[in-house]
Order: sequence, then C-alpha cells, then structure tokens
Amino acid sequence: MATLKEERYIGKNGTRLETVRGRISKLSPGYLYILPWVIGFLLFQLYPFVTSFIYSFTDFSILKPMSFVGLDNYKKMFTADRLYWTSLKATFKYVLIAVPGRLIFALFIAMILNMKLKCINFFRTVYYLPSILGGSVAISILWRFLFSRNGTVNVLLKALGIPPVDWLGNPNLALGTMGLLVIWQFGSSMVLFLAGLRNIPTELYEAARVDGAGSVKVFFKITLPMLSPIIFFNLIMQTINAFKEFNAPYLITQGGPLNSTYLYGMMLYENAFAFLKMGYASAQSWVLFAIIMLFTALAFKSSPYWTYYEDGGDF
Amino acid sequence: MRKGEVKKNTRLILSYIFLCILGIIMVYPLLWMFSASFKTNNEIFSSFTLIPKKIVTGAYSQGWKGSGQYSFGRFFSNTFIMVLPTVFFTIISSLLVAYGFARFKFRYKKPLFALVLASLMLPTEVVIIPRYILFNTLDWLDSYLPFIIPAAFATHSFFIFMLVQYIRGIPKELDESAVIDGCSSFKILTKIIIPLCKPAIVSVAIFQFVWRWNDFLNPLIYISSVRKYPLSLALRMTLDVTDTIIWNQVMAMSVLSLIPPVLLFFFTQKYFVEGIATTGLKG
Repeated sequence: MATLKEERYIGKNGTRLETVRGRISKLSPGYLYILPWVIGFLLFQLYPFVTSFIYSFTDFSILKPMSFVGLDNYKKMFTADRLYWTSLKATFKYVLIAVPGRLIFALFIAMILNMKLKCINFFRTVYYLPSILGGSVAISILWRFLFSRNGTVNVLLKALGIPPVDWLGNPNLALGTMGLLVIWQFGSSMVLFLAGLRNIPTELYEAARVDGAGSVKVFFKITLPMLSPIIFFNLIMQTINAFKEFNAPYLITQGGPLNSTYLYGMMLYENAFAFLKMGYASAQSWVLFAIIMLFTALAFKSSPYWTYYEDGGDF
Repeated sequence: MRKGEVKKNTRLILSYIFLCILGIIMVYPLLWMFSASFKTNNEIFSSFTLIPKKIVTGAYSQGWKGSGQYSFGRFFSNTFIMVLPTVFFTIISSLLVAYGFARFKFRYKKPLFALVLASLMLPTEVVIIPRYILFNTLDWLDSYLPFIIPAAFATHSFFIFMLVQYIRGIPKELDESAVIDGCSSFKILTKIIIPLCKPAIVSVAIFQFVWRWNDFLNPLIYISSVRKYPLSLALRMTLDVTDTIIWNQVMAMSVLSLIPPVLLFFFTQKYFVEGIATTGLKG
C-alpha cells in the first residue's frame, strides 16, 4: 500500500525526486488496476485469436495429431464446399432482412414516441421487454411453435379466413420468419434512438419551420443527420450480431428447410463441435472475422459522408 | 387555428391507437406462452385465445420433473451457480480496470484502450475453438470455470467501456481533494468512485445477468453432463429427448425460465433504460 500512497495523480503537477521508489510508484497505479484485463486479454482473447489463425492452416481436430495443410482449408471452402456458399448466401440475406428491418422499425417507433405523448414510459417498457428475452432458448422455442405448420399464427390466420402459411417449412419464407424474431426485439435500438431524438435542439426544428420546410424535408435534413452517429453505431453492432446468429437457426429450424437457414454461426458450430473439423472451422471463423472487419472498415470509411458529429467526429 | 388543432388531435389519437395495437402484437407471444402453459395439449394446437378453456396446472408439476433424473429445481440452481459469480466478478474486474483507464495517466494507455474497444468487435466464434482446447487442457470443461474465471479477468470489455464512460463523467476535483486528505487511490475507488457509480454498476449487473442467463452457445460447448445443465440447455433437452414434444410442459418450463430476467427488468427498469441511453450503446 505504501507505493500506492506515493502515486502520481493526474492533474497534480508537483515535481518529485527521481527515487527508485518514485519510479516504481510512477509505474504502478494505472497498470495495477488494468492488470486483470491485461492478463485476461492475453490469455482469453489474444492467445486464442492467434492460435485460431494458426489452426486455420492445419487439419486440426482433437482426435488426432495435427499437420499443416497450407491454404487447403480456404481453398476447400471457396471451391469444393457447396454448403459453404449456401450458408454464406443465407447469412447475407438474413443480415439484409434483419438489420435494416430492425433499425428502420426502431427509428419509426421512436419518432412516434417522441411526439410528446403521454404514457411514453409505459410503451417504452412494453416495447423493450422482447429485447431482454429475445436471446433466450425459451423464446426460440416459442417462435418455433408459433410459426409451425399448425402453430398459433396459422390458427389465427384461419380464423381470419386466410389460408395457412408454411412459415418455417418454406425455404423462401423461413429466413424472413427468423428475421421477424430480430425485428420483434427492436426495443433496445428504439430506446437509443429516442434518447438521440431528445438531444436534438428544438431550435433547429423551429428554424426549419420558419424557413417553411415540410416534415419530409425536416426528417432528411435535420433528424436523420443528427441521429446518424447513433444509427452508425447500431448498424455496426447489429450487423455483427446478425452475422454471428446461432440460436435461431440451431433451435428453430436446424438450418432447414433445404439449408435455407443454415447460417454461418451454425455451420461453424457444426464443423467445430459436431464434425470436429476444428482446423476447417477455424478457417471459416477467420473468413467471418474478415467479413465483419471489412464491413466495419467500410462503415467507418463511409461515415464522414453520411454521419454528422457536432464535435467534429471524435469517435 | 381550430382546424389545425383538430388535425393535430386526430393525429395524436391515431398514434395512440397504433402504439396500442403494436404493444399488443409485441406482448401477445409472451402472454400466449403464459396461457399455453395452463392449457391442455390439444387446446394449444387449436386456439389462439389467451384464456384457456380449461385451466390445467399439470404442465408445471410434470414439466418440473425434467429429465427424470434431474428436475428443473436442479437446472435453476445450476443457472444461478453459473450466473451469479460471473456477474459478481464481471463487476469487480470491470470496475478496477475502468478506474485504471479513466483516472490514471500511463504509457501506452491509448493503444491499450483501443485494444479494449477492438475486442468489442471480436466475434466469440473466432476464439471459441482455442478457448475450448485451453479449457480442456486446464481441466475446466464441464464446470462453470470457463464462465467465471474469464469474467474475473475483465474479458467482457463492453462493461469496461461502459464504466469508463461513466467514471469520466464524475468530477475529478472530488478525488483530487481526497488525495490531499491523504487517501490512497484504492480508497478513492471504494469511497468516492464506487458510490457515485452505483447506477452504472446496476446496469452492468442487469445486463450481464440477463445475457449470461440467456446464453446458450457457451454452455452448449463447455457443459456436457446433464447434472450441470443450466436452464438453456435443459430447455433444449426437453425438445430433444421425447419423440413427441409435450408442448404445454415445454411452455411451462420456458415461462419459469423467463421469470428471473422479467422480474429483474420490472424492478430495475429505470436503470435499464437509463443504462443504455446514457452510456449510449449496444442493444
């Protein structure tokens, strides 16, 4: 504790004698506090990260000793594994359905709630609830039941005189049905948008009104630009989450029908832990990583063109 | 003017109607699940109403028996044994690290913090195979250590980030005057920072609790014996074991599994909504 007491504190600019003790104490406090993270990062993040890159060039499996196979895993993925392409396509489609669907819906509802309505807290709570529960196994099971051939949604349609729809059995609809589960959880994005909307200075709107701008113009010229940093962040996080989706395909459709919902996360899991092709799965996980990085880089690169930061973008 | 007011009022009323309908659609699946757990199996497949024709509670008593060998009582306590220490250690470790980043100057602080942020984007999928091998070597598989130990080393970097943002908002003058009074930095953390951080700490606790409670992929990989199954795995098992799924029992156990997160949400909503709105991120 003695060294802690002698630490140099930010903002205190006293000169001190360069003693050994002084040097140690100069080093210690900040490092000491972040030490758990340093160890955790090295052991549970960096080491596995590097190792998985190495595995991706091997035929690693816990059943037998591994040997290096060069780029074979990557070659196989892109040239010989037709299921890989199926999965990649399904994953992109899923991302394209789920992420914009969720964000647009969240923004739409946030704008309505922002009209100074009463009971806003009540609605916010109700809409937020699915975001908390949506990731659970229980909800995946529920979805599987609700949208099954003789599930509740079809019972409801029948009562309205609409012929039943094979939500999860039709390869053209199954992905969309899973996307609905993501859109159902729009609440958490909505809360963020709502907070953002409240931070937009009302003078901006007043000035626009004085200038005679219509509500569409106000939306595109004021609301959207002012919200763009929040949209940007949500877009990145939601896209990453959607690319990794595992529960929905694994629990609701098992990747079917006709592999139309065989998403990337499920393929990775099966290759690694069901077929024990861990080298191959590592290579696939690195391609996923590359896709996510590419997307993030694109988003960051393009952001100056479509996001607006009042402080000039100190992100 | 009056015409404009009428128009405004109709718009308001329409908005309320829309929001109410949407609210019903949003909670309908949840309410349906709750009511299905009191329905007979035949009725589950034939009606969409929320009030059971005949209320039966057998689904709960039968479903609770679980795999026969292990009941849902076991799976519930397993989940708590897995989740609570993970949440606890996440809070402690993230607080220490966030304090370090937010309040001290040291070399390489910027690149190190950039690494914290970068690890937010690192998909678990990339590291999960080597982690599995590592935990296998350490003989941690089929225990809750793969959840608890990494949490104790602040690997849930989202929470570090969240707390750093929060601590930065606490005026530095407070700790500076404490330094003059001769407080050690650790004492400043416990006496000044932590009490002021309470809302953020509660947010961390809630989010981490809900996420770990719902987690399915990690237990699926690390836990293999039924005796140690958390709820997420136990629920999936109810779909697997029997060839004809007894849906009302599955629904009953699903309802029970959602109760802790739902209760937590209703008692702490203030923090929930503020937590994400003020620290700004994720969802």
